[in-house]
Amino acid sequence: MVERISPLGAAFRPGRHGNLTAGPGVQLAEVTPPAIVEAAAWPGQKEALARAVAGATGLALSALPNAGAVGEQATAFSIGPHRFLVTGGDDLTARLTEAVPLETGTLTDLSHGRIALRVAGPRAEWVLSKLFAIDFAAAAFPVAEGRATAHHDVLAQIQRTGPDRFDLFVFRSLARAFWESLCAASEEAGYEVVR
Amino acid sequence: MLIPCPHCGPRDVQEFSYQGDATRKRPDPASTDVHAWHAYVYDRPNPAGPHREYWQHIGGCRAHIVVERDTLSHEVLGAAFASDLSNQGGTRP
Ligand SMILES: [Zn+2]
Repeated sequence: MVERISPLGAAFRPGRHGNLTAGPGVQLAEVTPPAIVEAAAWPGQKEALARAVAGATGLALSALPNAGAVGEQATAFSIGPHRFLVTGGDDLTARLTEAVPLETGTLTDLSHGRIALRVAGPRAEWVLSKLFAIDFAAAAFPVAEGRATAHHDVLAQIQRTGPDRFDLFVFRSLARAFWESLCAASEEAGYEVVR
Repeated sequence: MLIPCPHCGPRDVQEFSYQGDATRKRPDPASTDVHAWHAYVYDRPNPAGPHREYWQHIGGCRAHIVVERDTLSHEVLGAAFASDLSNQGGTRP
């Protein structure tokens, strides 16, 4: 398999940056998983698709809008009326291909097309609120749920993977520009880039 | 202006792309009625009040939706998936 290289390049600067008077408010990291797959259901097949994805990944996945699930080896969340973004290990695509029948839906391997960026820490909601016009408060955006939104023209599919942790999936070709915006937005809170 | 996407919930209008009037009816493709085609392509009532229109949640779930909007106040009176309405015999763009 072709080895993937991070698109962040020289813009990825490990260490502490910005206003550190109150310590870094967020940690930023690239957390691209081995496999990223979009699973899309035919009309009326979303429940069947959710069951198939759950079977292949061991996740408890619901077909409700914005629903998601976070596991040790895999994650999945709703990104549209009939669609999920699923992440996992190297065998994910093979497992899903086995589990999702042709009459249920389709699979698209996006492992080389997206990267995942993690924003974690006590100021994560606050920093992300600068970039996206959605409500990041825990009551409005509970752990494991997903949201599809955009920062200007950069689409971002976001899953809350912990009480103060969000994973953002963005197009690989726009990732460095978005990362620079994310770092700039984090300056005020202080940020630590971690490997 | 907020549009209540049936999948995502209320979102800023900047996440959406306007896709046109959802009230016009396409003539039978086999029709050669010039007046019917002219009306379909050009005639818009442009009402000052409630209007039915297509939007796409382009910066979100990417669904096409039909929105009822008051053109005077920008109040959004309702939103539904365009696919559901089409399947119920609604108009198509
Ligand atoms: Zn939406």
